[in-house]
Amino acid sequence: MTKQMLEIRNLSAGVEGKEILKSLNLSVKPGEVHAIMGPNGSGKSTLAGVLAGRGEYSVTGGSVTFSGSDLLEMKPEERARAGVFLAFQYPVEIPGVNSTVFLKAALNECRKARNAEELDSFDFLKLVKEKAKLLELDPSLLNRSVNEGFSGGEKKRNEILQMAVLEPKLAILDETDSGLDIDALKIVAGGVNKLRRPDNSALVITHYQRLLDYIVPDFVHVLAKGRIIKSGGKELALELEARGYDWLLEAEKNGNGKP
Amino acid sequence: MISALEDTLKALASLEPEGTPVWVKSIREAARVRAHQTGFPNTRQEEWRFTNIAPILGLPLHAAAQNGRTVSARDIEPFKFACSGPFLVFVDGAFRADLSLLPRKTGIEVDSLQSCMKSDSAALHKHLARHADFDANFFTALNTACFQDGAFISVADNVTFDEPVQLLFLAVSGKPGAMSQTRNLILAGRNSALKVVESYASLTDAAYVTNAVTELVLGEGSRVEHCRLQNQNKNSYHVATVQAVQDKDSHWLSHSISTGAKLARHQIQTLLNAPGAVAVLNGLYLGRDEQLVDHHTVVDHAKPNCESHEYYNGVLTGRAHGVFNGKIFVRKDAQKTNAKQTNRNLVLTDTAVIDTKPQLEIFADDVKCTHGATVGQMNEEALFYLRSRGISAAGARQMLIRAFAGDVIGRVTVQAVRVKLEELLESRFDPAQI
Repeated sequence: MTKQMLEIRNLSAGVEGKEILKSLNLSVKPGEVHAIMGPNGSGKSTLAGVLAGRGEYSVTGGSVTFSGSDLLEMKPEERARAGVFLAFQYPVEIPGVNSTVFLKAALNECRKARNAEELDSFDFLKLVKEKAKLLELDPSLLNRSVNEGFSGGEKKRNEILQMAVLEPKLAILDETDSGLDIDALKIVAGGVNKLRRPDNSALVITHYQRLLDYIVPDFVHVLAKGRIIKSGGKELALELEARGYDWLLEAEKNGNGKP
Repeated sequence: MISALEDTLKALASLEPEGTPVWVKSIREAARVRAHQTGFPNTRQEEWRFTNIAPILGLPLHAAAQNGRTVSARDIEPFKFACSGPFLVFVDGAFRADLSLLPRKTGIEVDSLQSCMKSDSAALHKHLARHADFDANFFTALNTACFQDGAFISVADNVTFDEPVQLLFLAVSGKPGAMSQTRNLILAGRNSALKVVESYASLTDAAYVTNAVTELVLGEGSRVEHCRLQNQNKNSYHVATVQAVQDKDSHWLSHSISTGAKLARHQIQTLLNAPGAVAVLNGLYLGRDEQLVDHHTVVDHAKPNCESHEYYNGVLTGRAHGVFNGKIFVRKDAQKTNAKQTNRNLVLTDTAVIDTKPQLEIFADDVKCTHGATVGQMNEEALFYLRSRGISAAGARQMLIRAFAGDVIGRVTVQAVRVKLEELLESRFDPAQI
């Protein structure tokens, strides 16, 4: 059996005393793309936030192991350096912080953690240009302050460019498709596909099946009320698109839908 | 109290320079009388509500004098900017020709005020102590009554002087209560251009006091950049008045960067005295521990079609206290005025305090005036975003502080100064401190 990259066991977590994730289980092996779908309020973004180390969530039970380490014990920056990347649903605008300076500092922190040599400005810019070309993105995004004044599409593209530069082991895409027009969606999805490798994985969180036309997942999970109530192959997404979530919620109530 | 004031005035006036012209003596006397009438400010006065100067009065105030410790060129090196222009050094209020560089250049006169007073000129007579009003401000009156020395800079008509003139005021005396009364006069002729960097620093930890006044007179079409840096030791006190008077179409770019002293009070004022004048007031204050840093600005739109832009940013941590009071007057005559003011504050601890107050008094009816003040903490979402990419918590905080301050620093056009400020910012908010 291949070693798990991400192993979530009985994870319970919430915010301000309200439990959102309830004993959630999920395993991701290297090279796999898992899609997490589910109705609004099911806990999708909470899962992404807990994995990235967002401070406002408190974990009340269970464990998360990432490449053999206890992920929940790590600070957000330690998780990033270990290879976890969260593409934000709402990337933050940070006026006055130059994108290039920021991303170079981030990359070098990650490289230091991997015992790789730090890149100087010249090599860094070369790398950025390569990645931007691969993803058909405009590297001039990085000449500006982080996300400042970016359109929704530019922000999401910038997330993918950052991901390409940082080369994470596990990419978590939190509703990366929300608010994107179809061209932007294609570029973002195309970027994710080009970055797929046998040794890295992705957790694609989405509300819509549409994204999964472009990023074809190995597994699809349905998250509802804080738990995964059904798992299947990519065809599950199509079924959800056709039938909605109600039949699953109904089945779950009757105790038939457990994965 | 009165006798304390009398004693203080007497003690401070003892250094009246030799060769002071009679007309200066009479202004001094008028100012002395006025200081006496005004008395020390107290917190019951609106202008001093948040800034209690009692600790200054508790010191054994006396005129600063050099007391033996020699100062070499090596001592002043860290405070010198990488510029090749004139460089005037004042140690404990006294001009040090041996440490200064006064290259002779055509079109610009740079010298110590004392030496200018000896050769009394029409320009001096016209402008010295004629602009900074000492009627309402005790410290301006005190300075006018007792000033010792400072810089005189005058650029001739149509002369552009690119290299900044640097003035360094260094405290070396180790005595608490040593007070220097610094006086600068900067004159820019018609269509001239000039940059001046005025910095205040310490080679001592003593609780000394600086009371500085700088007057700037901007001729028609002139452009003056005035960069004021206050980085005195953390036990010292700093009180300053900067008064500009702007003629037609002149452009004043004023920077006040205040990071040092236990208590610093800055009065930055301009009179837009003819149409087409533009003033940009740019400020950054950093407070930590128990520091109090106070900026009172006054932009007086006296004539039509003038513009003013004011940007003051503050970063406060520890138990620091920031004060910003921004006055804009738009006189009856000053139609088509365009005045903007912003004051942004980053408050990093629960114990730091900021009092910010915009004050607009508008007597004309066709004007555009806006003001805004913000007080906020570090943006948690931005911090998380940076950390989620691998940057440490301290590194992320530092990035956000630098971005906040960088806004103001970016407006300084002298690169050597910007570099110094970036360094200062970095050392100031080292990860262990925030």
